[in-house]
Amino acid sequence: MATISSTEHTRRDFLYIATGAMGAVGAVAALVPLIAQMNPDASTIAAGAPIEVDLTPIAEGQVIKVFWRGKPIFINHRTKKQIEEAVNVNLASLPDPQPDSARVKPKHANFQVLIGICTHLGCIPIAHQGPYNGYFCPCHGSVYDTSGRIRSGPAPTNLALPPYEFVSDTRIRIG
Amino acid sequence: MSGHSTYQPRNAFMKWMEARLPIAGLIHSSFVVYPTPRNLNYWWTFGGILTFMLALQIVTGVVLAMHYTPHVDLAFNSVEQIMRDVNYGWLLRYLHANGASMFFLAAYIHMFRGMYYGSYKEPREVLWILGVILLLLMIMTGFMGYVLPWGQMSYWAAVVITNLFSAIPIVGESITQWLWGGYAVGNPTLNRFYALHYLLPFVIAGVVVLHVWALHVAGQNNPDGIEPRQDSDTVAFTPYATMKDAFFLSVFLIMFAWFVFYTPNFLGHPDNYIPANPAVTPTHIVPEWYYLPFYAILRAVPNKLGGVVLLGASIVILAFLPWLDRSKVRSARYRPRYRFFFWLFFITCVGLGWLGSKPAEGVYVYAARVLTVYYFAHFLVVLPLLGRYETTLPVPGSITEAVLKRSKAAAAFVIAAIFAGLIGLSSPTVAAEAETPAKLKWSFGGPFGKFDRGQLQRGFRVYREVCQVCHGLTLLSFRNLSEPGGPGFTPAQVAAIAAEYQVRGEPDDQGEVKDRPGRPADRFPAPFQNDNQARARYNAVPPDLSVIVKARGFDRGFPLFLLDLVTGYQEQGADYMVALLTGYADPPKGTAAPPGTFYNKYFPGHFLAMPAPLGEGRITTDGKPVYDDGTPATVDQMARDVTAFLAWAAEPHLEARKRIGLQVIIFLIIFAGLLYFTKKKVWKSVEAH
Repeated sequence: MATISSTEHTRRDFLYIATGAMGAVGAVAALVPLIAQMNPDASTIAAGAPIEVDLTPIAEGQVIKVFWRGKPIFINHRTKKQIEEAVNVNLASLPDPQPDSARVKPKHANFQVLIGICTHLGCIPIAHQGPYNGYFCPCHGSVYDTSGRIRSGPAPTNLALPPYEFVSDTRIRIG
Repeated sequence: MSGHSTYQPRNAFMKWMEARLPIAGLIHSSFVVYPTPRNLNYWWTFGGILTFMLALQIVTGVVLAMHYTPHVDLAFNSVEQIMRDVNYGWLLRYLHANGASMFFLAAYIHMFRGMYYGSYKEPREVLWILGVILLLLMIMTGFMGYVLPWGQMSYWAAVVITNLFSAIPIVGESITQWLWGGYAVGNPTLNRFYALHYLLPFVIAGVVVLHVWALHVAGQNNPDGIEPRQDSDTVAFTPYATMKDAFFLSVFLIMFAWFVFYTPNFLGHPDNYIPANPAVTPTHIVPEWYYLPFYAILRAVPNKLGGVVLLGASIVILAFLPWLDRSKVRSARYRPRYRFFFWLFFITCVGLGWLGSKPAEGVYVYAARVLTVYYFAHFLVVLPLLGRYETTLPVPGSITEAVLKRSKAAAAFVIAAIFAGLIGLSSPTVAAEAETPAKLKWSFGGPFGKFDRGQLQRGFRVYREVCQVCHGLTLLSFRNLSEPGGPGFTPAQVAAIAAEYQVRGEPDDQGEVKDRPGRPADRFPAPFQNDNQARARYNAVPPDLSVIVKARGFDRGFPLFLLDLVTGYQEQGADYMVALLTGYADPPKGTAAPPGTFYNKYFPGHFLAMPAPLGEGRITTDGKPVYDDGTPATVDQMARDVTAFLAWAAEPHLEARKRIGLQVIIFLIIFAGLLYFTKKKVWKSVEAH
């Protein structure tokens, strides 16, 4: 084989690199739709719009479940006793310290709105169960108090709060 | 695969691996150093193209399966959901649907190439037979895939093809019932077709492995049809063949991209955008273009069993080709008589394809019979006789000698031939007796088309004030009205529009379901609960308008339909809609409209149950016959506006499709150019000697 002069060498290398780079760009671009198609589609996103819930039918001491974005939302109409229990806790003793006031809306401490999904591995806790009469997750034994804070068991954090606001004293909008 | 392994593992891990699973050595010997004849032309790149297409079909198919629902009540809408809501769903579906056509196109080119150059001859008989098996598997897979969208063509294809088995004496009836899982094509049929459509591509992939294995044992044939004898007759697979394949694949993809992005429904049938209706057969049922020659053979025989037998025989006979062609010379280059008959056979196949798309009546049937006879005569008479009596030309002593004498076929010729190979397509939907709609100018036509927002908003008003009393738009959601590429309403306007509609609510605490005002996420409610209610109310079932523009069309005829492919004319449905809306007239003298019907120049059969919907004064603003934006609301203007709106409703991602299409095609042209020069550079050292 004849020796290749250095200028020709560079030009050839450039061509090969350009072709290879172009091919790589094309391959990556082709992956975009293949990956994007697994994200929630437009109808799912639209169906995840905020929902409004009327609180008047919920009796004191009752917990109802509504669904928002496929997640169960617990709305707990707490009794005076439950609120007191939730407020009078030594925060230092909690695994995930958070005052009860940070977990409800001001002036609406009687309604507590939670995402009813155990922060351990996603099971649905049972209301009014466990040593604190809060929530108890039957899957792996996580215990939450009446404020939905983790007290014992494998769950790492308190039950999450959905984005919501009171549109009137008896109506909330979740989302 | 062929014992040339010269692979030397470089590092310790690869040495360790090679001693246990020599996969790197297998790849090296099969796809790197594997000797490939140096004189292969571009017709030999279709094996690589087919492999790519199979992989693409499997990838897009698996992805589509994540969103598709195989149920008779849900399948059609789930496909539409893919087209409308799934991220890039329209792209994936159009890739898959047009990919099937491209797959068959490449397979047919690959087969004709094998026939022209005698690639089926000893020692490549098994290789060829595996190819015929692959064709059979492709035909089955393609057919079952076509059934899945559950449109009218899907359903009736399933009915007609499964009925082929009823021709079998005595057990025919039992076999068809077994295939259907019922007394007719229904949900069990759709479910099993879906399962098999998912399975068969992997069977194809398995047979492809055998096909490649057999190829690597016998070695590739080549345009001169002589075996390599010396080192200078062959080049290494990589980089020589790989670069050549890659270049031509990118050229092929440019054509593929044109179909996907600019004429995605060119190869389909408008009727398949009408949901399956077991009570009505479309007036003109035709299979997809790649089955047309076989379909023509089926219909050429005036006997049920005979037609089915000949249809099967037309494919099976290919497997016997290695023994029917007795000539010792492989390539048609050195067989002048055979070359003539090869092209005659090619024209016969194309002719059969064209006849398969025509109605089975009159002269078409006779022509199909003549061509069917010739199709079989080619195999059973011409080839055996040629093998005995043909005087062949002297074959060169070696590939090297042959190459140095001849220049190469230009790629441009190949591309032209691919387009020529598409002849024989046509999709007649509207009976010939109706007048042909005029070709109108649409802002959304052509490769750079965009919707006119103002026109879409005006069209929506016409839909709301005129059409929606009877016609649903149930695949569309209110939110679509504010999405990019649509009429461009604001989210607040959409919320207000949605609230004007009553949609079915969710069960309340008492379990009662009441209507509630619509929300942007809701779909447009249907104007009637079911077809019977519609029939009782309107004396007919007004079709849903969501995809009506894609579900209507008219035959443009030869050669216009080929021109439409090049110009990207996809607006037959829109042209037909305007013609229909403005085509009401008094019936010609001597004919009277049957009770409850109205005469229309463009409607197939002329009498339709819908009275002229548009008239002066249907749209008024402040008492004047104008739109909100001041455009005069003439009948013609209203017809165009509502049609443009419905064209958007049928294809909400049209603008994104055309925009991405332009990017893809520019990319592919640059990439093909780079690959061409790379390939040229790589081959430079070979071409001199």
